[in-house]
Amino acid sequence: MNAWFTKQRRLIDFTLASLLRRKGRNLGLLAVYALLVFVLASAMLYAHALRREAAIILEGAPEVVLQRLVAGRHDLIPPGHLERIGRVRGVQEMRGRLWGYYYDPVVKANYTFLVPPDNGIAKGTLVVGPALARERGMSENTGISFRSYSGELFSFVVADVLPQASELASADLVLINEEDFRAFFAYPAGHYTDIALSVANPAEVRNIAIKLSKQLPDSRPILREEMQRTYASLFDWREGIMLALLSASILAFAILAWEKASGLSADEKREIGILKAIGWETGDVIKMKLWEGGLISLTAFLLGFVGAYLHVFKFGAPLFAPVLKGWAVLYPRFDLVPVIDGLQVATLFFFTVFPYMAAVLVPIWRAAVTDPDAVMRS
Amino acid sequence: MRPSTGAAAILVTLALAFLACFGDAHLSRERRADEVVAMRVMAAQLGLTDLALFTEARYTRHPSQADLNSAFQDHALALEHFPSGSLIPPRHERLVHKTETPD
Repeated sequence: MNAWFTKQRRLIDFTLASLLRRKGRNLGLLAVYALLVFVLASAMLYAHALRREAAIILEGAPEVVLQRLVAGRHDLIPPGHLERIGRVRGVQEMRGRLWGYYYDPVVKANYTFLVPPDNGIAKGTLVVGPALARERGMSENTGISFRSYSGELFSFVVADVLPQASELASADLVLINEEDFRAFFAYPAGHYTDIALSVANPAEVRNIAIKLSKQLPDSRPILREEMQRTYASLFDWREGIMLALLSASILAFAILAWEKASGLSADEKREIGILKAIGWETGDVIKMKLWEGGLISLTAFLLGFVGAYLHVFKFGAPLFAPVLKGWAVLYPRFDLVPVIDGLQVATLFFFTVFPYMAAVLVPIWRAAVTDPDAVMRS
Repeated sequence: MRPSTGAAAILVTLALAFLACFGDAHLSRERRADEVVAMRVMAAQLGLTDLALFTEARYTRHPSQADLNSAFQDHALALEHFPSGSLIPPRHERLVHKTETPD
């Protein structure tokens, strides 16, 4: 065991000395390799953490949201709809929801106005989201005026600002009293934006949605399961888009690594020839080159992954922010709760470390089994 | 110092940093558990259906509530004009097959 260890150590010493002889080239390869792992791991960690946050937020989403469609477009729920739903068996609770969008020309941003289900906001006051408060410089007891779509000016007092920790879900929210909401948007009495339903038996949600669409043919039920799937596919898609954008650089690296690993330079061939001539066995030469590939790829993987973790969870993923921001003025500032999927890390390890080591092996084996004299002369 | 000792020291340091990422993720999750619960409770109380990631248009602010053909919803030949739209996929065909009613 001790002899084996000593031999491997000497092989590593020799490998490192050989790598250091071509310092610039190998350090360059290591840097590009680590950068590639860094970008791939950043995309992976970021998308996974966002997917998890979305899952947490959507756990409490309404089981079914029922919209009304007119000519294929979302329309208000008229009076009488709630009563008709009440007759569908299995519906445990239902309530009309009031929410809408408001474009604020002052900061050129869209807000989401929402009446909380318990209507717990006092008349004339608002509770605002943290991004909105930041953008408009609002805090508790600040007064604010909005010009409604009818041209009338409405003044409110900010009763509270939602906690910064909830910004991912509440950046642009404005919680408002029902009476204020109806007056501000000139909402017809008895009308709602949509209906939220809860179902007694979770296994029956889909059947109830089918019953609802039969009883109210102009309605469109959206299940919580569908909302969760929308977000899961949204983040899969985003991760895919990032990877697609990166595919050119991945390909470039693959060509570089393949060229470096598979095509032996004349120097390397001569080195192998000399080693064989002074008595090294084929197995030793292969082991030495395996150590070389292993050391480079393992160092690059560890460097890239640690860098990606710091980038995403400690520095707020500044490289991805422009991709995320789109054209929105109000963009949530959030610190993602770190979460690492072991399977994803293992997959990344497998697809970045093993191909390189495999690419190293074939040409070395070919050179190592050739006659030393022929190798040195070629 | 032999080169192998230096390489081993670098690799062990990096491996410890790699393991520390997992440890830090675990500790951060525990430390911020209250925040996560508070956000979950708030979202459930308000009945929120979407994240506030893209606030520029109604179909990017609430993708789960938007029409299947949201890119063309403004008028018949409207092209998608918000960059976020290219990051949000059209809702999946799987949904269409599972849903009984047309959207």
